[in-house]
Amino acid sequence: MSMTYTAKVAPAALALLTSLLLAPTRVHAQNVTVKGSDTMVLLGQKWAEVYMQKNSGAKIQVTGGGSGTGIAALTNGTTDIAESSRPMKPQEVTATEGRDGGKVKEQPVALDALSIYVGKSNPLEEISLPQLRKIYTGAIGNWKEVGGADAPINLYSRENNSGTYVFFKEHVLQNDDFDSSAQTLPGTAAVVNAVAKDANGIGYGGIAFAEGVKRLKVKKDDLAPAVEGTLENAQSGRYGLSRELYFYFFPGKNGTADQFAAWTISPEGQKVVEDVGYYPLPKAK
Amino acid sequence: MTAARSAVGDAGGTSKPVIVFSAERRRRAQAAERVFGWIVRLAAAAAILSIVLIFVFVTREALPLLWQTPGAGHEGDAVTWSNLVGPTQYPDRPSRYVWQPVSMIAKYNLAPLVTGTLKTTLVAILLAAPLAILAAILTSEFAPRWVSQIVKPTIELLAGIPSVVLGFFALMVLATWLQDLLGVRYRLNALTAGVGLGLAVIPIIYTVAEDALAAVPRSYREASYALGANRWETALRIVVPAALPGIFAGVALGFGRAVGETMIVLMASGNAALTSWSITDSVRTLSATIAAELGEVVFGGPHYRVLFLLGVLLFVFTFAVNLAGELTVRRLKRTLGGRS
Repeated sequence: MSMTYTAKVAPAALALLTSLLLAPTRVHAQNVTVKGSDTMVLLGQKWAEVYMQKNSGAKIQVTGGGSGTGIAALTNGTTDIAESSRPMKPQEVTATEGRDGGKVKEQPVALDALSIYVGKSNPLEEISLPQLRKIYTGAIGNWKEVGGADAPINLYSRENNSGTYVFFKEHVLQNDDFDSSAQTLPGTAAVVNAVAKDANGIGYGGIAFAEGVKRLKVKKDDLAPAVEGTLENAQSGRYGLSRELYFYFFPGKNGTADQFAAWTISPEGQKVVEDVGYYPLPKAK
Repeated sequence: MTAARSAVGDAGGTSKPVIVFSAERRRRAQAAERVFGWIVRLAAAAAILSIVLIFVFVTREALPLLWQTPGAGHEGDAVTWSNLVGPTQYPDRPSRYVWQPVSMIAKYNLAPLVTGTLKTTLVAILLAAPLAILAAILTSEFAPRWVSQIVKPTIELLAGIPSVVLGFFALMVLATWLQDLLGVRYRLNALTAGVGLGLAVIPIIYTVAEDALAAVPRSYREASYALGANRWETALRIVVPAALPGIFAGVALGFGRAVGETMIVLMASGNAALTSWSITDSVRTLSATIAAELGEVVFGGPHYRVLFLLGVLLFVFTFAVNLAGELTVRRLKRTLGGRS
């Protein structure tokens, strides 16, 4: 008796199970997932919040994890938009080709002036890029060598899935290796928190995060003038560490994602950029 | 149900009325027993199979490292034995052991990660084992009943604290305390992470050791008292030696937990891949490296495979510790003749 019962129920149960397993993979056009840069996660969430207020049908989820994580997710098809604080590498672009999504689109959405943080009690006001390079590769280990007090320099860095890490490595270290003593922390907020607690610490990260720490003026080389990371200096490129923040997505794959991405560079979207603490793109673009 | 109860009654030899079942009912009971036997066997097999499968999967992802040759233009990605074990040579600074997988020339040296794991684990065990064992001796041998009834559940409650909470505590509170106390350069270091880990390991060692002590037969203690020994002598020279296999098993379990624990070290160790023997240097452990980097790597690339290799290392490491623990426990049991 029980055998026949099982025989009747099994196919039905199996069908139910398969439908349950398959259901979440069906993409609803109104849902957009945004994933990537921890530098941009605040910005992305604010954008999503404002956009969803205006467009009640849209549902946008924003998570961090790092630019590399976002780009990997875009390639693997688990996110609609990848936020990245660095340009995609050629290998990464190649990896997205041959997928059903078509050709990946790069869209700059905001400007950032990558900031160098030190503790508030640090007497130092400015630093040059060559000095930074020596500090982060371990050639300089004491603040007095760059004009500060006689104290060891404690390096704070980001995990290597971070776009900020890659940007810093390319533009400041010129692809040299970080000193092994650099502590890697998850997220710019963690770096700022660590530097705020460490009088001898130095860290780097997006401009929107500098709470409780001092931002140094940056000199492009030892003889160049010290430049503050302001809007004008970031837009004109006079600030040595200004960079673009990007959205990557496959146009035409998700209509809502396309509209959302286009909206972020509208005047309304760029207003949010300023509210969060980053800089809008230059008007000429 | 009734059948089982009457069977127990028979075995106990009490004078309950004996119920004689029909052949049909007995046959059905036997069939049910066979079914349950198979279910239990299946469950056991599934547990073992899942462990074997996990090991096979992790190893399969790591193994291609051994014969993989980099494609044209990817020489920098090559993973070789000298890359995994030997120091990196720099033109402009002394050679050292470097873990920097995201780089023009990726560096996958295992030395900083292995020493990092060993350092945090040793700190954790050296802190947790004495505390947990002494606490177990206290609650099982010396403390009045009401004290044990407070201490025991409290320590066991510690096991229920999520490791992310312990990590947060180590990161925000413990790090500041230890830095103020010792005046060390790095706020986040192997010592901070090790103490945080110790908090996670204490309840594991305590629970197993306590059970082992409680399982020492009462007759041992009575015999000891009868021979004129006092409570201290009985506890330290009779009960603890008899429970030693169990205590040892607790330490081995705690060791395994400390090696594999991820969240606490990820948050409180500073994650700098330094190779040094100082416990106040920042460290990066195997488990934290996997957690921090696996989300980003290119599927099937060299970095991905090296992370799986770290997984294999961790697996083999904990397996070896547990195996050594199990073998020692067996030998101790044989020589001591204790029943724990």
